[in-house]
Amino acid sequence: MTSIRKRLFIILLAATGVIWLSAVAWIQHSTRTEVGHVLDRRLQESAQMVASLIRRNGGMPGPDAATLVDKAPALSDMGRHDYARQLICQVWGFDGQLKSESDGAPSGQLAEQEGFSEREVDGEVWRVYTHIDAELGIRVMVGDAHSMRDRLVHGVVMGLLTPAMLILPLLAALIWLSVRGGLAPLDRLARTLAYRPATDLGPLPENGAPSELRPMIEALNGLFHRVEGLRERERSFTAFAAHELKTPLAGLKTQAQVATLAPDAATRERALAQIARGVDRTDRMVRQLLDMTAAENAIDAAQTPAQDGARILAEVADELAGLAQVRGVALHLETGAAEWRSPQAALLAPALRNLLENAILASPSGAGVEARLTRDQETVRFSVLDRGPGISEADRPHVTERFYRGSASPSGSGSGLGLSIVAAAVEAMGGELRLAAREGGGERAELVLPAARP
Amino acid sequence: MRLLIVEDDPVLSDGLGVGLGLSGFTADSVGTLADARAALEGGGFAGMVLDIMLPDGSGLDLLAELRSRGSRIPVLLLTARDQVRDRVCGLDAGADDYLGKPFDLAELAARLRAMLRRQEGRASAVIAWNGLELDPATMRGRRNGDDIPFSRREFAILQALIEHPGAILAKPVLEERLYGWQGEVESNTVEVHIHKLRAKLGTTFIETVRGAGYRLGKPAENGRKG
Repeated sequence: MTSIRKRLFIILLAATGVIWLSAVAWIQHSTRTEVGHVLDRRLQESAQMVASLIRRNGGMPGPDAATLVDKAPALSDMGRHDYARQLICQVWGFDGQLKSESDGAPSGQLAEQEGFSEREVDGEVWRVYTHIDAELGIRVMVGDAHSMRDRLVHGVVMGLLTPAMLILPLLAALIWLSVRGGLAPLDRLARTLAYRPATDLGPLPENGAPSELRPMIEALNGLFHRVEGLRERERSFTAFAAHELKTPLAGLKTQAQVATLAPDAATRERALAQIARGVDRTDRMVRQLLDMTAAENAIDAAQTPAQDGARILAEVADELAGLAQVRGVALHLETGAAEWRSPQAALLAPALRNLLENAILASPSGAGVEARLTRDQETVRFSVLDRGPGISEADRPHVTERFYRGSASPSGSGSGLGLSIVAAAVEAMGGELRLAAREGGGERAELVLPAARP
Repeated sequence: MRLLIVEDDPVLSDGLGVGLGLSGFTADSVGTLADARAALEGGGFAGMVLDIMLPDGSGLDLLAELRSRGSRIPVLLLTARDQVRDRVCGLDAGADDYLGKPFDLAELAARLRAMLRRQEGRASAVIAWNGLELDPATMRGRRNGDDIPFSRREFAILQALIEHPGAILAKPVLEERLYGWQGEVESNTVEVHIHKLRAKLGTTFIETVRGAGYRLGKPAENGRKG
């Protein structure tokens, strides 16, 4: 059942109903027992009373002695016709002769033994008490009809049930209202959330909320906080990216205007060369922005089929061979026999490309860049080593921040995204980026990834 | 006029240097705040074009630092952040002008000229001396109703002298005004251009002070006009 309100209402109503029915059953049972006791006692007293009257009458009952029973007081609260003629009485001698009987008594002896007994006469079950007076030699039998007893019990139970039946719908209405009132804070919370604009990620007020709702509100506020943080990051990333792209665009436009204004062919050609350089740089930056987005939304990347790690490294190195050649840097690959397949090639390739690209750009002309793939039991390690200036200690804590460009970055060529991409990609792959100064100068960058498939 | 360009993007920095050079400025480019501080120590800059986001910090910090030291060097902020809030922030930090990227080179040059003009306390764009009116925007002069064209280098030297009437400018100072142009500054470049200027303006317009440098000749009639 989806509605808590309906569920609570039905549970409460069913529980109340069961309690009511049990109460009715119990009342009926106890009334029957109680009425039985009272009436039995009356039968007994009536029989003894008749016997004592006969004794006082000199031992022999008048022919109508038993009619006294008729005059015995009826149960006063039952002053209805149903209860008229409640008792019958027979007085039998020990000789088996009927000495006297009340009006309406059935023919035939009502009981055989002393004490209480039951007998069916003419389709009516009678409860009979037999009093034996040995001195007088008589048996006094007083009885009442079972049907009368049932009517009595029925009357009592109905007297209780009738108001209850009237109350039940009222109770249902009350339960419904209570449930609704009790769930009102939930409705209020839902309304607050429903009317909230998408931009409002402020926390919900916890004060005044019922304690049952507080964990949910806290969880929601926690979620809001995380989403807000993510959105803030997205927003600042987009803003940064847009601003960062404006600078190369300004460079392109300025160089284009220089080319237009150029008074001589040399100036114009130089400006055009700068434009080509600017386009390359802008292109790299756009690619890095895309890599960054891919690395941060790693869910899509995880869907690609597994690829050979050594082959990815070789492909990346191949891609960068042109750049290395232009910069006069030699690329050395050592992939050895480290067999490992990456299920996240879409993340690994940009990470490796940015590391290698950094190493090539940092290297002085004539130096070499080494890229190695090694693996042991638990980890796979991609190492990129260069003989460039290395990362200065002041920059080290910040190099993986987006758009952070070290003060000594080679001629301001970087976008400040390269290592952030590597860091984000490695994190998405469950690995670690380790940067350290290389012995003998330069930088050693390592991607340490779990060897087992995540 | 010599400008300091603080911009870390190499393509833009190069474009600014060459482009402003074509507009009659001499530009020195640096890419970091540290280099900018070192260049400013040396002095000799009439103005500065300053980027805000630099590898070693914010240009606004350098600006605040300069202003707190009492420097009045005119500064034009050049930045990708050109929201109103950023512009207000930049101008309040002590910038004299603000231009968002990407910009038009001609507009940048015009704004720089206006900025430098204000700095010198001139309302008019035209500089006048000894009956000669110079228009830095067109790099042309007028005297007695005659239009006198100058080459960019001639104009740069003439402008340097007119900005400091009566002062002697040494040859290296004038070379510095030419420095940064494409091509080498040859050892006799200044002499060559002074010679050409004298041919256009008369031999007494610029005097040679032997062993010291060059200065403007005594005004014939009017003297310097504001």
